[in-house]
Amino acid sequence: MGDSIRLKTPLSGGDVSGLRSGDRVTISGILYTARDAAHKRLIDLLDQGKALPIPLEGQVIYYVGPSPAPPGRVIGAAGPTTSYRMDAYAPRLMELGLKGMIGKGKRSQEVKDAMTKYKAVYMAAIGGAGALMAQAIKEVEIVAYEDLGPEAIRRIRVDNLPVIVVNDTLGNDLYVEGQKLYQIP
Amino acid sequence: MYCQTISEAGMRQISTKVITAAVKEAAVRANYELGSDVTDAFRAALEKEQSPVGKEIINKLIENAEIARRERIPICQDTGLAIIFAEIGQDVNIVGGSFRDAVEQGIREGYKEGYLRKSVCDPFTRKNTGDNTPVIIHLELVPGERLTLWVVPKGGGSENMSRLFMLPPSAGWKGIKEKVLQTVLEAGPNPCPPTIIGVGIGGNFEESAILAKKSLLRHLGAPNPDPELASKEQELIEEINKTGVGPQGLGGRITSLAVHMLVMPCHIASLPLAVNIQCHASRHEEIAI
Repeated sequence: MGDSIRLKTPLSGGDVSGLRSGDRVTISGILYTARDAAHKRLIDLLDQGKALPIPLEGQVIYYVGPSPAPPGRVIGAAGPTTSYRMDAYAPRLMELGLKGMIGKGKRSQEVKDAMTKYKAVYMAAIGGAGALMAQAIKEVEIVAYEDLGPEAIRRIRVDNLPVIVVNDTLGNDLYVEGQKLYQIP
Repeated sequence: MYCQTISEAGMRQISTKVITAAVKEAAVRANYELGSDVTDAFRAALEKEQSPVGKEIINKLIENAEIARRERIPICQDTGLAIIFAEIGQDVNIVGGSFRDAVEQGIREGYKEGYLRKSVCDPFTRKNTGDNTPVIIHLELVPGERLTLWVVPKGGGSENMSRLFMLPPSAGWKGIKEKVLQTVLEAGPNPCPPTIIGVGIGGNFEESAILAKKSLLRHLGAPNPDPELASKEQELIEEINKTGVGPQGLGGRITSLAVHMLVMPCHIASLPLAVNIQCHASRHEEIAI
């Protein structure tokens, strides 16, 4: 990915507004992992007016439930999970400053609208390429909900994780546009 | 191969310990080593894919399979719900415990010692069972004294996008095609394309789903032995690859690598159709005991 944009987390409003659907990006820095079970707990905490175990401002959440780390490795396979399961929770987190989401698969209109409103982006990692994605992960620490096992929230440090922008802050959607480009009527 | 003994009654005895060991090994191998039929299909897809992003993705899937095999880590973090297809010879006598316990012990040990993700939970509390059991077993009694098992780790993403339709017989082949295409289009990027589309037609409600899943065991690239079905599969894959969904749903020519069909007669009132989507990490290991 020679022509990719290099981003470092946390992301600024400027980082995010400059991204366009279809851009190839490599991300370095800290990401937080969470799937739907962890998202549900975060939202429950917000409903109760309690503090969250992770920061949100400028942060990026990677939707992943990694396989266990074998001896000598920080993580097992770690590709993205399907993102629509987080759709019910994502707008609330963007409202609180979340700037990026990494996963795979379509997002709901509500989530896309929230990305436009709160200036956030959704990026796709290659689904099913868990061994490859794991190569970019350098450090892993469980920060919340250890009882959820693979679904616990992890703070991970990544070095040049390759992703592609699907939904940008202008409402563009690579899933729709990409398909149109190659559709044969 | 595994050792065998013939009992005085003429029944071939197979120890549950042999079954456990074989299942354990197959579960780990299936998750680390993508079959050469799949990587060959990736290479063939590269020739046809026109989207630069699509090509890049397929190249990365080949690289991913190589890393997994070399470094002994799973191809995909979703190491699946373990599905077991078993053909048990009528002249086989399983000794030393129950067949299900033997299989589940193999899965338990394989998923623990192979550092595979445990992805099974209670449907209501969502509490993880912790050892990737129970497993799903499809058992068939067949003539002979062999035991053949297929260990199939199946991911949740592609399973979630699978569909079952009880069509009116008037829908016919045209209706079947429409529903398969609808399923692929609605799934879009979610089941990790390029996918393999398992199509089960006929039987009844549950049998169509089992046929669809079982069709996925066929060697990728091997034509359907029935020429009529082979031509229908070809018709469907051409239609599917016109949708433009492409690798990972980001646009391209290769939405699916193949369509596999299994068909059986059904009730005069029905036309059951099951579409089981398989992600590109198509993992299955056959064990002959």
